[in-house]
Amino acid sequence: MTKAEIVIIGAGISGLSIAYNLAKAGMKNIHVIDKGYFTNGSTGRCGAGVRQQWATKVNCIMAKKSIEFFARANKELNYHKDIEFKQAGYLILATTKEEDLQFSKNIKLQNSLGIPSEKLTVEEALEIVPHLNPKSFISATFCKTDGHVNPFLMSEAYFLAAKKLGVNFHFFEEVKSIELIDNQINKVITSKDVYETKKVVNAAGGYSKEVGLMVGVEIPVFSENHEILVTERTSPIQGPMVMSFSKNIYCQQVPHGSFLAGRSNPKALPSHDISSSWEFLDEMAKTISDILPEVAKLRVIRTWGGSYNNSPDRQPIISEIESVKGFYVACGFSGHGFMFAPITGELLTEIIMNKPLEDYAKDLHINRFKENTITDYEHSVV
Amino acid sequence: MNNKDIIICRCEDISLAEVLECLEAGYHTVEDIKRILRVGMGPCQGQTCSHLIQAEIAKFLKINKEEVKFQKTRPLITGVVIEDIAKAAREGDEK
Repeated sequence: MTKAEIVIIGAGISGLSIAYNLAKAGMKNIHVIDKGYFTNGSTGRCGAGVRQQWATKVNCIMAKKSIEFFARANKELNYHKDIEFKQAGYLILATTKEEDLQFSKNIKLQNSLGIPSEKLTVEEALEIVPHLNPKSFISATFCKTDGHVNPFLMSEAYFLAAKKLGVNFHFFEEVKSIELIDNQINKVITSKDVYETKKVVNAAGGYSKEVGLMVGVEIPVFSENHEILVTERTSPIQGPMVMSFSKNIYCQQVPHGSFLAGRSNPKALPSHDISSSWEFLDEMAKTISDILPEVAKLRVIRTWGGSYNNSPDRQPIISEIESVKGFYVACGFSGHGFMFAPITGELLTEIIMNKPLEDYAKDLHINRFKENTITDYEHSVV
Repeated sequence: MNNKDIIICRCEDISLAEVLECLEAGYHTVEDIKRILRVGMGPCQGQTCSHLIQAEIAKFLKINKEEVKFQKTRPLITGVVIEDIAKAAREGDEK
């Protein structure tokens, strides 16, 4: 039996950021529990991109604040290595008239929130990424402060900083059930121990729905397999992440020199499947050779899959749960939990510590689905 | 011989000294060490280094090598040029 002030389920980037922020705010006796190895879940499987070009206000604000953190992360976390934050931008291609119109609206919103994105012609886009196929798009948007962070090293930076502040980590330990007394969290029972605690954070990523059901809470999220390929490394030829929603691709060259490219599977059904498929490889190869013919000359060396944890409006749920006292959730990131992690940790810490929330963050409450107060739907998602 | 001069992962140029540092830091599985150091992420996909790392983990934890779980094997078996895949896929679409 272990006494804990709080138990965080999931040591992915969200759980790590929440643990670090709680410890920084002075909370003691924090326990983080994960069923697998370090970064075994969606964090270690993500595309390593960090962007601010969104179509909803909430996502824009969260992304901007997170980018500001990435810029100071090495220093603030006193990390002895480097999180590999590279700001070479995101270049998002419009391939249809509708997309072109939507992107003009997006830029207006982003600029009004202080995000330095801009609309580009095909010629201007080619100056930034010369090997783009000019026939594959009609216009583009670019934000030079978007970019890349290494998910493994960012996680390690949070992990080590949290450990230094006294946070306890338990890997290869699985939460089996959660005991309530009068709708208040009382105990967390794992494969190895029992934790006496009044507070639980559900940061279980792809498995957050199952963790919710342990306390009888139906969280309206589902998991979906998204696949990625990585190539052999080559000399630096592409600064920004190139992305297209209509062509279903994101593709960047990471500082290491390899290219990562991912797409969603329109036929994927809700499941915990994270396997690789030849269909992905076929479709991805066709799209890369269409948009980025130079990149298509490289060899694929590995593919993998990971779970998007999708919410109904493709925006995160960062919230208390009113029906279960002491139960908090950070999930439904819809593929973007890594890039939002810094602000996720800050916001959930404010919620747990009963501090006043900024207005925008109130839109992340889970009740928006119950009360039908969804304000916005995020369409800028691959 | 100096551990810094013993190369464990040829693709990513990782030395034994770096692997031992990782073990000291508390990363005790092939999957952990792969993510921190990139060992096994290069063109050979761990065909050379993963067994060596498995042995180092066993030595460090004083257990048998067969008790150390191997890393997940992912496709592809060997590197394939993207445009070759695209070409074959398009030919398949026409059929």
